[in-house]
Amino acid sequence: MELSRRDLITIGGKLLVLASVGAAFEEITGAAPPSEAYKMAEHWWGMIVDIDKCIGCGNCVRACSNENGVPKGYFRTWVERYEVENVDGRQEPHVESPNGAIDGFPPSTRQDVKSFYVPKLCNHCVDSPCVQVCPVGATFVSPDGVVLVDENYCLGCRYCIQACPYGCRYLHPEKRTADKCTLCYHRITQGLTTACCENCPTGARQLVDFKNPKDPVHEFLRTNKVEVLKPYMATGAKVYYKDLDGSVR
Amino acid sequence: MPWKGGTLRQFFRNSGHLIRLAAVLIAGLCVFLLIRTALIPKAFGKYGHYSPGALDVIRQRPVSYAGQDTCVMCHDGEAKERASGRHAHVACEACHGPQAAHANADDPSAHKPRLPDVANLCRRCHEKDAAKPAHFPQVVTAEHSGGAACNSCHQPHNPHL
Ligand code: HEC
Ligand code: HEC
Ligand code: HEC
Ligand code: HEC
Repeated sequence: MELSRRDLITIGGKLLVLASVGAAFEEITGAAPPSEAYKMAEHWWGMIVDIDKCIGCGNCVRACSNENGVPKGYFRTWVERYEVENVDGRQEPHVESPNGAIDGFPPSTRQDVKSFYVPKLCNHCVDSPCVQVCPVGATFVSPDGVVLVDENYCLGCRYCIQACPYGCRYLHPEKRTADKCTLCYHRITQGLTTACCENCPTGARQLVDFKNPKDPVHEFLRTNKVEVLKPYMATGAKVYYKDLDGSVR
Repeated sequence: MPWKGGTLRQFFRNSGHLIRLAAVLIAGLCVFLLIRTALIPKAFGKYGHYSPGALDVIRQRPVSYAGQDTCVMCHDGEAKERASGRHAHVACEACHGPQAAHANADDPSAHKPRLPDVANLCRRCHEKDAAKPAHFPQVVTAEHSGGAACNSCHQPHNPHL
């Protein structure tokens, strides 16, 4: 069969129109509606940390590592020991966190300083700098208030790692994508608490849901003096610390 | 000029160049739509500038810590013992490690957990340390136990003597 240029263009044009109609149809109907018990709109997750309860055992760090397969030497949560010295009226903090405190701490030797433990993790900020700098929309705040990374979309450009004022992100050494605390999204969406909170022996850290009127967080915020880390950064952090010393950065 | 059937045909014939241009534009638009659909993940932008499918991917991760509500369902004895002492709020897996494989197995005895290494376990929480809150019970383990295993005197599930 002789195929003229005109025929080719006509057939090509018809195919093109058909394909794009199909694609448009797919776009409209393709997204499967989520049908399940967990309703994102009914939750707004965060955490409360009571410094005065933390014993620096490192259970949270180990739990996080086991639960999320965090690569060795990287941490989604870690514990710092502060030893704050008073030097001529200035508060000088010495901070250490041996291997993220995954094996706890060697006993503190200094008795002449103010010392305490500070567990750290992603603050799941509402106005998160890490989300704002992502060039492709690979990191985002979920409708229930958790900052997550879409690892299929992440380019590995590290902007977010630089942008996080709390140092909560790292580049996954094998996947080469940004990685961070998911607030155990796979657990909290099925009614479990996070691995770190589950394994905290003293209740120093607790997962909270600000949208649940029965959550103890409301009483906690009403009756305690609390602070978020680096409030002057205006990140809208949702991890509230009780008894936080001013020297903590 | 009166508008008649003949003139309509003439009008189309005269504006052929415009119609071809329009066809090219439409074809270009179709190509754009096709590429766009191929590149952008499903339902992108439903909740914000990201793919909602990522939420499902993250949620599919298996759980390693079953949670103590699960342990308590089968291990009545240990649960009761623990509830009567000051380890009442220490979760089973805080000492026993991640046991979802054991707890959620069809036959839990086939995935029997290894018992914790007592020498390191107790010390990690109870070794005396100035940074620990003063109200937390702590001992200088070397002096306190004289080298004996902690559980030769204390019952791990209810350590009160
Ligand atoms: C479905 C019931 C079930 C659940 C849930 C369960 N276990 Fe068990 N567990 C068993 C059985 C059965 C054994 C085996 C007893 C035996 O063989 O002596 C066992 C044994 C154990 C042992 C003792 C191993 C030994 O050497 O004696 C430990 C420790 C243990 N379980 C911890 C846990 C913890 C922690 C959890 C919660 C994460 C848990 N179990 C949840 C049924 C269960
Ligand atoms: C403070 C840490 C701690 C906690 C909390 C704890 N266990 Fe244990 N458990 C131990 C240790 C240590 C042993 C091993 C005792 C030994 O070797 O003699 C043990 C032993 C066991 C055993 C083996 C049987 C026995 O009594 O020797 C079972 C079963 C068990 N635990 C279940 C549980 C369950 C269920 C919970 C939660 C209700 C729990 N444990 C909480 C530390 C703990
Ligand atoms: C994961 C941390 C953790 C581990 C591991 C742990 N404990 Fe405890 N222990 C606690 C907590 C929390 C308390 C309660 C403190 C309180 O009530 O303020 C406690 C309390 C105690 C007390 C005081 C009990 C009383 O009635 O006065 C003793 C004794 C004790 N533990 C011994 C042990 C021994 C022995 C082990 C090892 C088998 C052990 N603990 C392992 C966290 C732990
Ligand atoms: C020789 C027996 C013995 C051994 C071994 C032993 N303890 Fe004790 N422990 C005691 C006695 C007795 C007390 C005081 C009674 C009480 O407070 O329950 C005590 C109290 C404690 C307390 C509570 C201290 C307080 O201020 O309330 C802790 C914590 C403790 N022991 C941890 C440990 C740890 C950790 C080990 C293992 C390194 C250990 N014990 C080994 C006998 C022992």
